Amino acid sequence: MFAVNFLVLAAVLFALGVFGVIARRNAVMVLMSIELILNSVNLNLIAFAMMNGSPEGHVFALYVIAVAAAEVGVGLAMVLMIYRNRRSIALDELSAMKG
Amino acid sequence: MSALLAADVNVAQNVGFYIIAAVMVFGAFRVVTGSNVVHAALWLVVVLGGVAAQYVLAAAEFVAISQVMVYIGAVMVLFLFGIMLTRATIGAEADLNNTNWKIGIPVAVLLGATMIWVIVDEYRGSVLEAPDAPMPTEAISDVFLREGLVPFLALSFVLLAAAIGAIVLARKD
Repeated sequence: MFAVNFLVLAAVLFALGVFGVIARRNAVMVLMSIELILNSVNLNLIAFAMMNGSPEGHVFALYVIAVAAAEVGVGLAMVLMIYRNRRSIALDELSAMKG
Repeated sequence: MSALLAADVNVAQNVGFYIIAAVMVFGAFRVVTGSNVVHAALWLVVVLGGVAAQYVLAAAEFVAISQVMVYIGAVMVLFLFGIMLTRATIGAEADLNNTNWKIGIPVAVLLGATMIWVIVDEYRGSVLEAPDAPMPTEAISDVFLREGLVPFLALSFVLLAAAIGAIVLARKD
């Protein structure tokens, strides 16, 4: 197994996730793209743990998984609240705080 | 391809990696470009399952199981509920993208190309020797309960705060 394999795959997933965050208008789709980004980071952490043969990378990956679960819970609750108030989750219409 | 035939490279592991990686990249592409929200969520399941399979290939069994339980089990159900509760139309939608979504293409290409260039420049030719055994769960739990104890406890508070916050935000009144 080459070290480049995991890292390049993670970079591709990261770039696709960034594209999704920029391009998508639906708030749920943006949250999904963020999941792609977090998973690419986890792949990197596991690859580095494999390089060093140490369990620390696994521990960090588990931290990231837990924080991602919390993030999705709060994010979707916010999306539901916005939908209830505005009947729309299009992100470009949420300009109430624009200066 | 000649590099694949070197003595210290496990060919089967590499072939498995490339197959899973191709499926994952295709799935991720469909997630960010598809026009149906539910289909995008189901493609995301493919990507997350592929990530779990890569963890197994990288001898990280415990993280792979956690990935399947947390992401495919819990997060995807949350996403499907979120789609169901916020969506009016069934089927393809026309306005899933921003009007200026094309800006994302150069940004993503530049970012990905830069990262791949740096990674290949640094790690070209370096071979990860396959571990003899998966990372023992005792080793992971030792780190969690020694050096990682404070962040571990902080993480429990984060999860508690997230649960309470989600309830407070999603309540009707």
